[in-house]
Amino acid sequence: MTVLAPEEELPVLADEEIPVPPGAPTALLRSLLAPHRGRVLGAMLMILLQQAALQSGPLLVALAMDQGIPALRRHDSGPLIAVTAGYLGCAALSTLLQRAFIRLTGRLNQDVLLDLRTRIFRHAQRLGLDFHERYTSGRIISRGTSDVDALRELLNEGLQELLAVLLSVCYIAVILLVMDWRLGLLALSSVLPMALLVRMFRRRSSRVYRTSRTAVASVIVRFTETMNGIRPVQAFRREQANLDAFDEANRQYATANANGLLEMARYVGFSRAAANLWVTLVVLVGAYLVTDGSLEVGVLTGFVLYLRRLYDPIDQLAMFLNSYQSAAAALEKIAGLLAHEPSVAEPSAPLPLPPTSATGRTVAFTDTAFAYRTGKVVLPAFSLTLPAGRTTAIVGATGAGKSTLAKLLARFYDPTQGQVTLDGVDLRELSTTELRRGIVMVTQESFLFSGTVAENIAIGRPDASRAEIEAAAKAIGAHDFITALPDGYDTDVRKRGGRISAGQRQLVAFARALLADPAVLILDEATSSLDIPGEQAVQRAMRTVLAGRTAVIIAHRLSTVEIADRVLVMESGRIIEDGTPAELIAGSGSFATLHTAWRESLV
Amino acid sequence: MSGAPPTLGLMSENAEPPLPLPAAGPTRSTVRSLLRLRSYAHPIRWYLIGAVLAALVASAAVLVVPLVLGRIVDGPIGHHDQHALWPLIGLLLLLGAAEAGLFGLRRVLIARPLAKVEAAMRRDLYAKLQRLPVSFHDRWPSGQLLSRATSDMYTLRLFLAFPLVFLIVNSLMFLAGSALMLTLDWRLGLIALIPAIPLVLLCVHFETRYSAAARLAQDQNGDLATVLEESVLGIRILKSFGRRRSMARRFAEQAERLRGTELRKARMLADLWALIVGLPEAALGTSLAVGAVLVAHDELSTGTLVAFLSTALALRWPVESLGWLLAYSNEAGTAADRFFDVMDTVEEVPLAATDAAPNGDGIRFTGVRFRYPDAPAGSPDLLRGIDLHIRHGETVALVGATGSGKTTLTALLPRLYETTAGSITLDGQDITRLPLPRLREIVAVAFEDPTLFSASVRENVLMGAPEATPELLERALAVAQAGFVGQLPQGADTEVGEQGLSLSGGQRQRLALARAVVGDPDFLVLDDPLSALDVHTEALVEQALREVLTGTTALVVAHRPSTVLLADRVAVLVEGRILAVDTHQRLLENCPEYRELMSGESALEASVTR
Repeated sequence: MTVLAPEEELPVLADEEIPVPPGAPTALLRSLLAPHRGRVLGAMLMILLQQAALQSGPLLVALAMDQGIPALRRHDSGPLIAVTAGYLGCAALSTLLQRAFIRLTGRLNQDVLLDLRTRIFRHAQRLGLDFHERYTSGRIISRGTSDVDALRELLNEGLQELLAVLLSVCYIAVILLVMDWRLGLLALSSVLPMALLVRMFRRRSSRVYRTSRTAVASVIVRFTETMNGIRPVQAFRREQANLDAFDEANRQYATANANGLLEMARYVGFSRAAANLWVTLVVLVGAYLVTDGSLEVGVLTGFVLYLRRLYDPIDQLAMFLNSYQSAAAALEKIAGLLAHEPSVAEPSAPLPLPPTSATGRTVAFTDTAFAYRTGKVVLPAFSLTLPAGRTTAIVGATGAGKSTLAKLLARFYDPTQGQVTLDGVDLRELSTTELRRGIVMVTQESFLFSGTVAENIAIGRPDASRAEIEAAAKAIGAHDFITALPDGYDTDVRKRGGRISAGQRQLVAFARALLADPAVLILDEATSSLDIPGEQAVQRAMRTVLAGRTAVIIAHRLSTVEIADRVLVMESGRIIEDGTPAELIAGSGSFATLHTAWRESLV
Repeated sequence: MSGAPPTLGLMSENAEPPLPLPAAGPTRSTVRSLLRLRSYAHPIRWYLIGAVLAALVASAAVLVVPLVLGRIVDGPIGHHDQHALWPLIGLLLLLGAAEAGLFGLRRVLIARPLAKVEAAMRRDLYAKLQRLPVSFHDRWPSGQLLSRATSDMYTLRLFLAFPLVFLIVNSLMFLAGSALMLTLDWRLGLIALIPAIPLVLLCVHFETRYSAAARLAQDQNGDLATVLEESVLGIRILKSFGRRRSMARRFAEQAERLRGTELRKARMLADLWALIVGLPEAALGTSLAVGAVLVAHDELSTGTLVAFLSTALALRWPVESLGWLLAYSNEAGTAADRFFDVMDTVEEVPLAATDAAPNGDGIRFTGVRFRYPDAPAGSPDLLRGIDLHIRHGETVALVGATGSGKTTLTALLPRLYETTAGSITLDGQDITRLPLPRLREIVAVAFEDPTLFSASVRENVLMGAPEATPELLERALAVAQAGFVGQLPQGADTEVGEQGLSLSGGQRQRLALARAVVGDPDFLVLDDPLSALDVHTEALVEQALREVLTGTTALVVAHRPSTVLLADRVAVLVEGRILAVDTHQRLLENCPEYRELMSGESALEASVTR
């Protein structure tokens, strides 16, 4: 027997990540926020006023002490009443603004997250099959779940914190300078060590967070793989080996997490120490100034109160930086995914298909070749015309290139050379909608989506009526088993998905394809799990269904071939035999040999 | 370390939830849910206690600072006494250093232990999920499980790191601060503290409403993960029907729903924040006015008022933090619920191991009935009394219509599902009395849907017999006609599965077959083992399999004559029972149902043409 080359020889991408174009994360963030510019401004305005109201507190305290009390001693209660009213007014204002701000930013954040989630989802759907074959499902899932979570954390807590922190620092700085410029300058000089500490923290932690995002993705990959394959896991006692592998990924993630927390501890400790040192300095200098008589006691009191507030945000800043770093790492990964161009691109100016003839559409491969990115040639250049309305069967050993040919026809891949045309129009010129209305491929793996059986069939044509769905199921012989399910067509497949056998799933996939009513139908080993009565029912249905359609049937069962008008035999990417079934059987080629062997294996 | 034992604790009424739905029943309480974390917190209790102590002392230092400031104002500044200033400044410096050092220490203490706790919980969840029967996984969408292992774990770790510590520290700080304020001046103290009463009441009210929303949001997050996962796993179908837009719509609907819940949470938070910020500020304003009056009447010193106001301001953070501490604790409580929803699922308790020695009886099904646990009441059982004996060393093919329960029957042997009634014995030993690992060691299965794991080809195949020699591996690959392995980039060491090379259906099936036969198992179950192979390869595999099957007790699910010919006898499964067991030839002659299954001719047609 010929040694077969693996059908999918693709570079292993275990730890390789998609490259992130420089500036992509920032551009992504900007494009996410751009539609909400008005609200961002509104929120900033609110927090501006809110901080102003909030920060006036100590100022009013100082006023009460320096003006209110002496006035009161002179039996003038006016100033104190005014100050108190001011204080209460500011409190009320800052409260209301705080509430409005949280509501506004809540809406803003959720809109941004919704946008981002939808973008990831849509983009993952747009990306070519080659990408999905390389980039594991678990990693795409982790982009859409845990990476988005990281960003949510930043938006929910972080951004508000940061705005408040920045504003309060500015306000306090101004107030301090106004109150006493000498002390003010001294207090503000603390910005220098603080900025240095922040820089150090950012540099050190960004590395940690990048590791952590990769580690969590690997945890997710392990996790989903196990849960989706729980049957073989248990049957082959894979639990321990899985647990060991999971442990390893989990441990790396834990280490990355702990390192992140330690960086944070270092930052908080040192910043706090610097802040306290400055407070003490201000008190010391302030005390001397008061004894000199060049400073009021009230001013010093207000000063110290403000100063503590100036450094209060250290923890908040740390939390912000924390969620910022983690979100930045996540954003980078997301941006990388979103920046990845689909290998199978949509045309900018799609061409229409000519009206369908009664016999379906003509498919032509013209000087078409396909090679993997590694350069390995799967299909050397060939030309082939599949006339409208004819059914062509492709046979050949595993790895002969049958599936690749089908994938080119379905435009899952684009050819590396030459073109594939449908009624003379290059597939690359067709809009996705037009393309998918024209060509449908049924594969051997028949994944069911959560929802009812009817909904799963209706994927073929979402606007189909129940009667049409049932008609499609009846045509293919799936009606009986579906009505025998607990809730018939309304049975939820996810809840009972494990109960629907592989053969039944294939029937559902067939019904789906029938309902779609495409001009070209590709069946890629779509009957492999059917039993003989099932397969014969499908074949009977096919005889009527395929009339007026162009069909390509890839099969390793020769029984399927019998309904074909024409048979192509492939070997190592080349078509080595081409003719009607009768011609080939009568000949002496490999198909004839296969056919004889198959006949003998029958009863 | 193993997972938490099947707890029959507080959540036992939720031991087997029909579906992961919000469980905000009247009996659940955030505190109770969080208390259940103590088994995980226990190993790191000293670190946690240390962290709380460090935070407490540091906070105390924060509280003492205003006192020192008051002393500075009333003392050195008031009396123009610069010598008295220095010791107080020194004290201030000392307090500042202590606060900084201790807050840093608090974080350092818990960094590694907490990361370990999170990892331990995730590991236990994973291990538990691996042990839970397939019927559990049928019920739970994997996205829901995933969100428990990632987002929820993260929430719980964060809870242990901050809210837990600060709920304790800030409450104590609040009490101490209150006491201090009352001592400084009881009238001012009362004014400042009175708003605490409505605040607490409102917070309690808020807790119940917020945690229901938090749980809903987490569950919706899980649903979203499920849709995303399905859309990636079913990408070929979505692409070939051009349905990515309708799937995207579905995703968008789910995401909208989540957004709605999150907005509700945000509105609640906004109200809570307004209260938490507003009430104390109002109280502070009032006490400022009263304090000023008192000072003016010389009933209070300026220094005391400064100390009082500084203390009140220093207490703002503990009070304000209440809002997010409570919100966070609620989220953590529901995350803990979601974690324990899974952990509380009762596992099958193994029966006492059998002491019967294997007697070479082969596989024997006696009156085996089976229905899926969630099958609707009134529907007939899927298997209704299977009696079948496969003699030692014999191969029996199982034939039946699509959906007749063949695959289910094979899943009963390694106990992926439990029989509803009846018994299955292997060489006379009841399978329910064999330890599971032992059972699964002697029964090898090749599934219809061949799954490979992220591991090398070698590991994937040797999974069936970890101790097998390289020669056995070679032999198994040869039996399965998996010669393509030699052509892979790194041969048998090539990584395949999710994180490696993707192989074609036929290639995967051959590796799965190699995996089943590599360990020379006593009992072999092959579920339509040749379905994805081309005719050529199928013939070769058959030939090789025939040798393996001599001497192995095997059950082979077959759809076509070629596979049936591997077997010595054929069992026909019709309507949940074994209709007939005989050789292929005799069944063809005598059993119309079998003839229909094998040739596709309906029984009627066959009898007419004969």
